[in-house]
This record gives sequence, C-alpha cells and structure tokens, in this order.
Amino acid sequence: MADLPGLTDVPGLPGPTGFTDPTGFTRTEQRGRLREGLRAYRLIAAMWIRSTMAYRVSFLMTTVGNFAASGLDFAAILLMFSRVDALGGYSLPEVAFLYGLTTVSFGLADLAIGSMDRLGRRVRDGTLDMLLVRPAPVLAQVAADRFALRRLGRVTQGLLVTGYALSRLDLHWTLPKLLLMPVMLLSGGGIFCAVFVAGAAFQFAAQDASEVQNAFTYGGTTLLQYPPTVFAKELVRGVTYVLPLAFVNWLPAAYVLGRPYPLGLPAWTAFASPLVAAACCALAGLAWRAGLRSYRSTGS
Amino acid sequence: MPMDGPTEERDGGPGEDSLGARRPGGDGPGARRPGGDGAGGDGPGGEGLGGEGLGRGGPGGAPGGAFIELDRVEKVFDVRKRTGFLRSERRRVRAVDALSFTVARGEMVGYIGPNGAGKSTTIKMLTGILTPSGGRLRVAGIDPSRERTRLARRIGVVFGQRTTLWWDLPLIDSYRLMHRMYRIPDARYRENLDRCVQLLELADLLDVPVRQLSLGQRMRGDIAAALLHDPEVLYLDEPTIGLDVISKAKVRGFLRDLNAERGTTVLLTTHDLQDIEQLCSRVMVIDHGRLMYDGPLAGLHEAGESERTLVVDLERELPPIELPTARVVRVEGPRQWLAFPAGSSAAPLVALIAERYPLVDLSVREPDIEAVIARMYGRPAPNAAEGAVS
Repeated sequence: MADLPGLTDVPGLPGPTGFTDPTGFTRTEQRGRLREGLRAYRLIAAMWIRSTMAYRVSFLMTTVGNFAASGLDFAAILLMFSRVDALGGYSLPEVAFLYGLTTVSFGLADLAIGSMDRLGRRVRDGTLDMLLVRPAPVLAQVAADRFALRRLGRVTQGLLVTGYALSRLDLHWTLPKLLLMPVMLLSGGGIFCAVFVAGAAFQFAAQDASEVQNAFTYGGTTLLQYPPTVFAKELVRGVTYVLPLAFVNWLPAAYVLGRPYPLGLPAWTAFASPLVAAACCALAGLAWRAGLRSYRSTGS
Repeated sequence: MPMDGPTEERDGGPGEDSLGARRPGGDGPGARRPGGDGAGGDGPGGEGLGGEGLGRGGPGGAPGGAFIELDRVEKVFDVRKRTGFLRSERRRVRAVDALSFTVARGEMVGYIGPNGAGKSTTIKMLTGILTPSGGRLRVAGIDPSRERTRLARRIGVVFGQRTTLWWDLPLIDSYRLMHRMYRIPDARYRENLDRCVQLLELADLLDVPVRQLSLGQRMRGDIAAALLHDPEVLYLDEPTIGLDVISKAKVRGFLRDLNAERGTTVLLTTHDLQDIEQLCSRVMVIDHGRLMYDGPLAGLHEAGESERTLVVDLERELPPIELPTARVVRVEGPRQWLAFPAGSSAAPLVALIAERYPLVDLSVREPDIEAVIARMYGRPAPNAAEGAVS
C-alpha cells in the first residue's frame, strides 16, 4: 500500500493526521506520508503556477472572470432583496454572511484541489499511469493537477461579501464567536475537499461522473448561499445527516447570528464542524483508497 | 524513507534466494511452443535448462543475477460488456497467464507481441501500476504493487506516446522537477544532466518550451527525464514510434551506450523490429498472455522456420530455377524469387545460380520478424512482406 495517502495532502486544511486507520498505518508513517504528499503537492502546484505565468494576459483575464462569475451569484441575491426585505426570515446582511462563508470555504477547497474532477479523463486516456510511476502519493499529484491561482478570484469575492456582511450586522462579539469564524472557514473547506476527493474516487468506477461531482460541489455551495429556512425539511435533513454540508455554514452561522438551529439541533452542533470535517475527510480518504485499489486491479 | 508502508520484505531479503532455480523454460528457441495449451498446468517447465546462458552480471556486479523475476504471474480482468441499458455481461479475460521469466541485471531485452498480447499489462505490473492477480513478481527484490513509491526511485519509465514533460515550460524546468521530486543529490543531478544533454544533443533545447519541440526532440527529452535519478532499469514502451530515421538512430545509439557503459537493464516493447535487431541480444515474444519464445533473435528465425529470399534478375524470361537448396516462390518476367532457410548462407546458392543461369543482378531480403512471429502463431502476417509470400 505504498501509494495511499490519507486525505491530508491539502495545505491549510485539517486532516486525520493522528488517527490510525484500519489498514494499520501508524502515526509516524502517516505523518511521513503526509509530509511527502504535501511536498509533492507543493512541487507540482509550483509547476502549474509557472505554466500559467507563461500566458500572463490569459491568467489575468481568467482571474477577473472567476471573480466576476462568482459575483453574479451575489448579484442575484441583491436583486431579490430589491423586492423583499427578508428571505426565510433572514435579512440581507445575514444572507450575505451565509453567502460569504460558503463561498470562501468552497473557494479554498476549489483552489486547493478543484481539478480533481479531471481524474476520470486521466483514467480514460491513461495519463494516470504516469503519476503512478513517480515516487509520490498519487492523491497529492492528482490534487495538485492544474493548480490554478485564478481560483483566488472566488475566495476574494467571498471575503469581500463576508466583510460587507460583518460591517452591516450588529453582532455582539464574544470570544467563542470570534474563534468560530476561522474554524468555520477551514472546516467548511475540509468538508468540500472531502466531497471533491470522494467524487474523484467515484470516477475510478465511473469515468464520466464529473457532472455528478459538480452537482454536489458547485450545487452544494449554491444551496448554502441561502438560509436553511427557505428549503424543505427533507432537503435540510439530507444536507445535515447524509452529506453534512450544513456544518459548513448553516449551523455555526446560527450560533454567530443568534438564530434558531435548523431541525431544532442542540447548540453544541455549531462547534462540531471540525469533527464533521475530519470524519468526512477520513471517509473520503477511505473511498480514495478503495478507488485506487480497484483501478490498480482492473486497470480501467 | 518514512513514506514506505509496512512491508514484509526489505532489501536483499527473500527474493534473492530462489532466483536460479526458477528459470522458466526460457532459453533456447521454442522454449514454449503454442502447442502446450493445457490449462496452465505445465508448471514453470523446463527447469534446469542451463538458464545461465545469457549475459549476466553486467557492470555493477550486483549480487544475485535476476533483477526482474516473474514466477507464474497472472492478471485477470473482469471485462464488462454492456448488453442493454442497465444489463451487462461479465467476462473474465486472462491478459497475462502464468508468465514466468527472469531478466538479469544489465540485460537488454526486447518484449514483443501482437496488440493485446499482454505486453503493456506486463509492463504495468512491473512498474507497480497494476497489481497481479496471482503469482510472484519482484523487481530488484521489491514487490512492485506493495511498494510502488520505493520502486519508483529505482526505475525509469518512458511511454512513447505520452510525455512526462511540462508542455508550456522550458525543457529544463521538467528536469528541475525531477531533481526535487526524486531527491537527486545536486552533484549527481548535474552530472547525469550534463551527460544526457551531451549524448542526446539537448543543449540547444533546454530553454525551449516543450510544446515547440519536434516529436524526436521530445522523445530524447523524455528519455533524459527518465534517467536523471540513475534508474537501475529502464522500461521503454515504443520508444521510437513516429520518429524519423535520424531520430531513431540517435535514440538507439544512446540506449546502446547506456546499457554498455552504465549497465542499465533495459526492457523495451516495440513494433519496430529494427529496434530489436540493433539493440537486443534477447527477445521475448508474448501472445495471449503467454511467453511463446525467449531467446536470442537468431533463434526466433529458426523457431519460426523463417526463410530469407534471394531475388534474381535473369537476362530473359526462363522457367523457374530448379535447385535442391531453394525453391522458387514467385516469378515475374525475368525476375524470380527464391526462398531458402534463414540459417544457411546465400553464397553457395548464388554461385550455383550464376553457373547455370544468365544472372544479371541479385539481392537478398532478410525475413520480416513480424511474419516470423505470425508463422509461429499460425496466423496470417499483418502485412506479409512481399518477398516471403508464396
């Protein structure tokens, strides 16, 4: 099992560094693999940055485009609020807060490993094999594939909207609330990363499934831009218990905004995001292993 | 190396012991003829056939002989065939079937066979990309599928039709990445790079973005990339595909020197039989996942009962030449084609003809190996050489 990294190749995101998984990796080995993975990720990402810089104008244009395209979502929300005063009981700054948080979380994950949906293509055209003969974890190499700084456009836009929301909201800031902010963003990024990795793992089985993956990643973040109160209870249940996207922003934001928790969940769930993210990453890591193992035994 | 998973085997552990004993019936022509179609029950046949014949212990003088070792390795795929919207049929395909062979350190081996014979599946198992379904496989004492990353540092792989080079970046950038990814010591890297640059004539190309290189230049670039970390074995999949004559010659010359000077073990798959003729002392032929032939190239001709062709131009149209040692396979006006065994010399034959017939001109055609292989398998040659057709 030399090429099965834990799901921890993503810089700046929490991962299951310390747990011993069922395949029997000890902590030290996992940490060594983590270090190797991060190193390979850094090396390859740097090459992609250099590659994009070969076309500077194109880089600038796509970055601006990325910024503008994700801004259109928010324009739609602004447009809605020109007609109504509240959406599902949430005011504009509150919706902007939700929007900003999920956009930054998703933006971070997209920046870090957003090209993983190309895995299916790599499997199909056989270029995945080239990664398998290199002395580095495959997950790290696939995660760094097509690393694109233009995706900072989305992160920037999300941060701007979050800033706007914070300036308009009249919040009573406490230490837990302050601490929860960065934790929320990183956990959210972790949850989205897990979705990306699990989606890529699924592409080992179905190589043309990148659209399915997009439904959960891009679709998921669009869902989270709106308050949970506007959705049917079944849907909210689904994104809480099945695919726990609610932990990206809905639950922690409910605490920060002093809003009732969706589904009447207890208050501590607002702080459960890091745990949920770690569990998601662990599961996605297992899915990745299973996917890679099946690839190596079937070759397709 | 912290990245290696737990393993049962370390360097020099098991894997060194059973080497000599397990030579499959691999030496000499016709070790395994198509006839033996028993359901894999014929064991690693022909043990003790004096398997030490082929150039062993090349430079480097590593302990043990066998560097690559396969013992009844098999690979079975479940192929799903769609028969309806949601229905599919499963079929088991044996891509590699009880394959056994060993390659000594420093050998240069051609690995050939028709498309779909199991060549790339074998290479993928040797490089750790695919996990074998059964049997035992060792490269440098390492089980490739279990310790893929550890093995990766010791092998070089060139896929002829895909490049590892970075399309939009100058060639040298790809090499710098190798330098860091493989953790090649600086001095070593410099030395290897200088050597490759000199021998593969890459000096003017280092600062050129890879997308601007010609196919031949890129192939040379790819070969250099695969050698910077001093691999002990180099796998080449179709290294000369699509190259022009000059590029082919450069690549072959380089590989020959690499093998001779550094003792790098080379295993190459190819469709270009000149690659084999010019480079490999040993050929392995695989078909339907089984080893059909393992031995020197010359023996392949014998095994395939191949014939050379003597083309003679006479002064005028004459009835077919009658000789005991050759037979006429074709007549076209004053020109006649005579087939004679590839193992015998053409000189007495020519003398005999010149003595009895008004000979104007002549030429000798070497047998087409693809035709030889096809004959071994008892199937029609893909593009039967004109001289060999009867």
